[in-house]
Amino acid sequence: MRIAVCIKQVPDTEARLRVRKDGLWVEEEDLPFVINESDNYALEEALTIAEKTAGEVVVVSLGPERVKDALRKALALGASRAVHLAEEAFQGGDALATGRALAAAIAGQEVDLVLTGSQSDDVGYGATGSVIAGHLGWPHAWLVMGLEIEEGGTSARVTREMESGMNEIFRLQLPAVIEVQAGINHPRYASLKGIMAAKRKPIERPSPADLGLEASQIGAAGSRLEVLEVAFPDSGEGAEMLEGDAATMARTLVEKLQREARVL
Amino acid sequence: MSGETYQRYFGSQHRLVRETVRSFVRDEILPHVDAWEEAGSFPRRLYRRAAELGILGVGYPETCGGVGGDVFTGIAVAEELTGSGSGGLVAGLGSHHIALPPIVRHGSDEQKRRFVAPVLAGERIAALAVTEPDAGSDVAGLRTTAVRDGEAYVVNGSKSFITSGCRADQVTVAVRTGGPGAAGISLLVVEAGTPGYSTSPPMKKMGWWASDTAQLFFDDCRVPVANRIGPENAGFKLLMENFQSERLQMVVIANATARLALDEALRYAAERRAFGRPLADFQVIRHRLADMATEVTISREFAYRVAAKIQAGVDQVMEVSMAKSFAAAVCERVTHAAVQIFGGYGYVREYPVERLFRDGRILSIGGGTSEIMKEIIAKRLLAEDEK
Ligand SMILES: Cc1cc2nc3c(=O)[nH]c(=O)nc-3n(C[C@H](O)[C@H](O)[C@H](O)COP(=O)(O)OP(=O)(O)OC[C@H]3O[C@@H](n4cnc5c(N)ncnc54)[C@H](O)[C@@H]3O)c2cc1C
Repeated sequence: MRIAVCIKQVPDTEARLRVRKDGLWVEEEDLPFVINESDNYALEEALTIAEKTAGEVVVVSLGPERVKDALRKALALGASRAVHLAEEAFQGGDALATGRALAAAIAGQEVDLVLTGSQSDDVGYGATGSVIAGHLGWPHAWLVMGLEIEEGGTSARVTREMESGMNEIFRLQLPAVIEVQAGINHPRYASLKGIMAAKRKPIERPSPADLGLEASQIGAAGSRLEVLEVAFPDSGEGAEMLEGDAATMARTLVEKLQREARVL
Repeated sequence: MSGETYQRYFGSQHRLVRETVRSFVRDEILPHVDAWEEAGSFPRRLYRRAAELGILGVGYPETCGGVGGDVFTGIAVAEELTGSGSGGLVAGLGSHHIALPPIVRHGSDEQKRRFVAPVLAGERIAALAVTEPDAGSDVAGLRTTAVRDGEAYVVNGSKSFITSGCRADQVTVAVRTGGPGAAGISLLVVEAGTPGYSTSPPMKKMGWWASDTAQLFFDDCRVPVANRIGPENAGFKLLMENFQSERLQMVVIANATARLALDEALRYAAERRAFGRPLADFQVIRHRLADMATEVTISREFAYRVAAKIQAGVDQVMEVSMAKSFAAAVCERVTHAAVQIFGGYGYVREYPVERLFRDGRILSIGGGTSEIMKEIIAKRLLAEDEK
């Protein structure tokens, strides 16, 4: 089974962010970037399925040059090749434009399954996977907590988390786009052997024309959403610092959660 | 940002290596390390696991079962492992780094198959035995004899302070096969279980608790001639070659240990209050932290420079010796200062600086003492013949 995994490189969630001068995004210089958390789980899921089915994993990412590091890591973890949509024309898009470009890149790979994370840790639209599925015309599932490829490899049994703690379990015909949640498995570490071998694995860099895309369909030009500003909210009112030793603070916190916030 | 470039020692591949080793340390070592330290040993399966991740095989060619990687890959691994805060674990898990290089460089294919690949696979533990009860710094004065008898050497003598000595499955042993002095030394691989070979119980030490350190005894121990590494009586040169990588390794451990102690001290100085303010507000403490950071940075930058030259094939015998004696001294001063900043808490085992201080002490002794390092430096400076 051949599986495409879409990964996004995002600022490390622990990094301190500063708004860029133009106010439209964060300052990227010196910012540590990592693979988006839920994408790690998508990749692990894909690698496990590929191992069981003697298949292969192709990782796909759209983003600037720095994204190469994320792709190398995915290759080190066991993906066999990578597709990097690196050209300037691809960049700066909303979920619609980005999903369109990714779908076009995947369409050429003859895959049986597309896995992605459910949401990115930076902008968090949670929409790119749906757009990809729409363009490919494939069935789609979001917030997936369990995935099993069924006998014969033509369908998947999918467990989704619903509100109120219930699960929804259903069957999807393959090919399909499945967006997994963080926590669905235990992502492996890259072995040092894998890291060394990753150097020799290919990273394709198709141009928009290679994918049959016009510049107007992708990147900022192909977007329907325009970012006006990113900003930190004014620090909120009503924050209260608890005092005392750990036991006292824990007791006060539980009381407040019960009486004031009414969440317990 | 200016467009000027400067040499960066680590690239994206090294970052990935660090990430893996750091995760391994965080998930599989740190939760147990205090117990292992107290027990004086860590489980054998850790070798397997480290091998699986390729950690044991860094710096060794793939043809021997290694994973390759340059000098800086090895440095990245050693730095991250030292993040465990247990010098003993790093020494024990890494004892093959002093036992295998002579076999990799000078062994036959058959010897590499038998003595290198299984060690890098984590199936066998390897140790190096040079030091003797009566010959430490004076390597050329070693007395363990190996007398040829047909297809075997009959080995008699003893070795002391051998890291991983108790549980090693194979030991690269320096023996006297010829006349006195450096020209009469050979290297033999002795396997555990060979009749006439035995070990002491683990020695009780100031630091490096998680590693076992043993005395080895050879009593008419017959070792096949096929286990000799390189030509007969050519062992001294092999040992001297081997010291270069061992010393660089110890430099890296010294710097990383000092860095850990500094980080601990920085955190503690910001948190701990005395006389109504954080320790970090007292100028004496601030300046001490500044001195610690300065020393750690200088030592580390110099070590990287030396490593880069080694990577490029430049002779660095003198510089490695400088780096080792310097880094060991920095490590001692910085860990000592960290204990001082922690006050009474620095003296108890619940806080990591206590161990860092004890573990750091070996670094100016093992792998050639600081005095011997200075002898090597002085000889080069004075252009005296190396003997
Ligand atoms: C925990 C631990 C692990 C070790 N692991 C190993 C191992 O795995 N394999 C191994 O072979 N060895 C190992 N060693 C041994 C270590 O390498 C030796 O202890 C070291 O080389 C010093 O030798 P020595 O102890 O005999 O001291 P000596 O050589 O007796 O030195 C005593 C003192 O005299 C000084 N001195 C000696 N000669 C001179 C000189 N010419 N000029 C000035 N001063 C001099 C020394 O610097 C030192 O201060 C280990 C030691 C320890 C403590």
